Amino acid sequence: MKQDIREILAKLGGLPVSVDTISDSADLYTAGLSSFASVQLMLGLEDKFDIEIPDHLLNRRSFASIDAIAETVSAVRAGQEAA
Amino acid sequence: MNVISGISGFDLVQRARKVAAVAGKFADDVDRHGRFPAEAVAAMKAEGLLGIQVPVELGGIGASIAEVAETCSLISQECASSSMILAMHHIKLSSLIAHGRGDAWHEGFMRRVADEQLLLASATTEAGIGGNLRNSICSIEVDGDTCRLTKEASVISYGAHADAILITSRANKDAAPSDQVMTVFLNGQYTLEKTHDWDTLGMRGTCSEGFLFKGEAPSRQIIPQPFAEIAAESMLAVCHLLWSGVWYGIAVNAVSRAQAFVRGAARANPGSVPPGALRVAEVAAKLHLVKASITASIQDYERVKADPAHAISIAFLVDMNSLKVTSSEMVIEIVDQAMIVCGIAGYKNGTPFSLGRHLRDAHSSRVMISNDRILANSANMLLVHKLDTSLLG
Ligand SMILES: Cc1cc2nc3c(=O)[nH]c(=O)nc-3n(C[C@H](O)[C@H](O)[C@H](O)COP(=O)(O)OP(=O)(O)OC[C@H]3O[C@@H](n4cnc5c(N)ncnc54)[C@H](O)[C@@H]3O)c2cc1C
Repeated sequence: MKQDIREILAKLGGLPVSVDTISDSADLYTAGLSSFASVQLMLGLEDKFDIEIPDHLLNRRSFASIDAIAETVSAVRAGQEAA
Repeated sequence: MNVISGISGFDLVQRARKVAAVAGKFADDVDRHGRFPAEAVAAMKAEGLLGIQVPVELGGIGASIAEVAETCSLISQECASSSMILAMHHIKLSSLIAHGRGDAWHEGFMRRVADEQLLLASATTEAGIGGNLRNSICSIEVDGDTCRLTKEASVISYGAHADAILITSRANKDAAPSDQVMTVFLNGQYTLEKTHDWDTLGMRGTCSEGFLFKGEAPSRQIIPQPFAEIAAESMLAVCHLLWSGVWYGIAVNAVSRAQAFVRGAARANPGSVPPGALRVAEVAAKLHLVKASITASIQDYERVKADPAHAISIAFLVDMNSLKVTSSEMVIEIVDQAMIVCGIAGYKNGTPFSLGRHLRDAHSSRVMISNDRILANSANMLLVHKLDTSLLG
């Protein structure tokens, strides 16, 4: 899943550096993720993983690193399967 | 007025009214000459209003945003420029309180704000960037224990009169434009070379001139949290809440003047309802909407703040943006309609019903971070955020 996340990040994150130089735990906002791009990233994730991110996860923390995004996506998937 | 009665031994309303009386006395002169409202700010300091938000442990009275907003609204009814200065000071202070706790230098500084009634100014706007405060061109240079910053700050309200300036920049020379920090520079640690005048339609007393800022200070004065967090978690919401409090003060005073005008006409002509009365009813309904929207947003803010585990959600940010856009549009409309009620007495300066200054001051609201910019920001967030369809939330 992290590879998919990296691809989406490279496409929509608008980062000034290559995604390959960013570790899974690195802070994406420090790496230059803007609030505009973070929303585009959320849309990309919803499309790729066929999920709808619920409101309580639509916050900065959920998308602060590749690890955090993976956790968010897993949590949403688990929630959708349970529903 | 029950929101404010909670602070024992400090009658905030009475103190705010005292300051409002001073501000009102000089409001026309401040407006005419575009000068700093020195008398009103001196009165704020004398009444201790610059420190009310500081936590009790650090020498303040721990006033809530609701209480600060009410204070701003009371003063704004007499002089919007003075009130906006108080609001902008408290916006900066709220960032320090939310993000500077636990840090020795910043706690000491908050204590000084309360003890010495220091006036804080803000420099987010930068030449070449405008109101997009989440981006900086300039960067701070950290050299061991010292930091240095040069910024083309095209708007710093009361910059020349402040005791400290809180200023944003990129975190270092290699940082991305959105990787920012905010630093406190004390008067004496910076020079300001004036680059832009402040000869405006309204809010003439905020003296929001442009400067080339050059500062050098100990690096511990940089607020440890990234500015991205400060903006998202406290500053944007507090900005929109306190600005709205100021604008509400302008609107409510305009409606009071229109009402007084109509009442005078009714008394002069007993047995008939003056033509302006209907319009007063109409404008009172709009005022009610603004008030409801501000008080609901304040409650939302307090609720989110009271729950430390609750991360600021997109829903909350969209709501705060909506408050800013709505209250700024409505205040202009309200003052405009109040002026129709008062007729020539409202249009003229120097009558008890004059509304020229109100109208000009109100017009600052839409450009103070352009509504289009704010709507564009909400438009982006609304692509992912699904509106809450319940009535009571
Ligand atoms: C009374 C007052 C006091 C102020 N005090 C301070 C202060 O103390 N410190 C400080 O730093 N700043 C201060 N400001 C400045 C304020 O914070 C904004 O930066 C400023 O009002 C924006 O200026 P602008 O219209 O030139 O810039 P912009 O925001 O660039 O807007 C210019 C125009 O471009 C349009 N536009 C630009 N970008 C977009 C976009 N992405 N989407 C849609 N439309 C866009 C806008 O609609 C607008 O018409 C103050 C402003 C006022 C009115």
